[in-house]
Amino acid sequence: MTLLPWFEWCEASALGSGIRASKWLFPVIESVHLLGLAALGGALLIVDLRLLGLGLRKQPVARLARDVQPWLVGSVLVLLGTGVSLFLSEAVKCYYSTPFWVKITTIPLALLFTATVRQRIVTSAEASARPLLSKLVGLVSILLWVTVAAAGRWIGFSG
Amino acid sequence: MSLLGVCEWLAATRGSIALHESLYMYPLLESAHVLTLMLFVGSAAMLDLRLLGLTLREVPVSEVLARLLPWLKAGFAVMVVTGVLLFYAIPVRTYQSIFFRIKVLMLLGAGLNVWIFNRRVRRSVGEWDLARVPPRAARVAAALSLALWAGIVVAGRMIAYNWFDCDLQPQPALVNWAAGCVVPQP
Repeated sequence: MTLLPWFEWCEASALGSGIRASKWLFPVIESVHLLGLAALGGALLIVDLRLLGLGLRKQPVARLARDVQPWLVGSVLVLLGTGVSLFLSEAVKCYYSTPFWVKITTIPLALLFTATVRQRIVTSAEASARPLLSKLVGLVSILLWVTVAAAGRWIGFSG
Repeated sequence: MSLLGVCEWLAATRGSIALHESLYMYPLLESAHVLTLMLFVGSAAMLDLRLLGLTLREVPVSEVLARLLPWLKAGFAVMVVTGVLLFYAIPVRTYQSIFFRIKVLMLLGAGLNVWIFNRRVRRSVGEWDLARVPPRAARVAAALSLALWAGIVVAGRMIAYNWFDCDLQPQPALVNWAAGCVVPQP
């Protein structure tokens, strides 16, 4: 059993076909996806760099994390909404794209890590009490999201 | 020699041809250019949002500036180096892309905005360092910066599309003029 029929169904969906039928829609959604990526980068890095002992070192991690939380959540929602739309418009191409599969497996990992392990470290006082652990969390967070972004860019180069 | 002539000369150099024909180097450069968005545009946006009083309200503005500036400079350096190389790989088509031209104009606007901010607004930061919402001049500079960088990202992405390319004639006269297309007279 293969997932291909499901990808074909996605591509034939009203939203997918609508985006394909328009010359402008895909580039416009893609641009919003990129702006979401920039916002996500800003909201993530301000906390991750702090966890690594760089950037806003005088500020408690918990305060920074609380301040940027709405921007983090907002950018993830924009990325998911635009990302699903882009996927629907070229689902079958994605099915045959290795970078797509890398991206689609890394996204749940990155989301899960951010919402659980990272969230716990940045909202509790644990960050200052366990510097090595917080450095590791900051590094893993950066690596996971950069993998998602790089794989995403590479979908465009494949096939 | 005209700018177009310079671009044609650049396109014939070995380095440009090597980059243009490379299997991995060009995509790698482009990926680095796009991924650095997260660092450069992302950090610039966080600074702008602080100046607008929309995030990090309890952190002094001078501290956000001082701590983010090294990252902004490093990110900008990566953007310039990868951007120049991406241009060098495809000089003529990029030079005649209206999106590239819009991007360059907006980059100049963003540079001017920083220059004015440094001269006029940043000097008095001591007076409003702790303000949760900074004064109007700072907010205007931040809003302009956000709008310009968003426009630069979008225009940059659009360079990839060939709708208005000079070799796709006929184009509206306005497009040919703005892109500097050399159109043979019928």
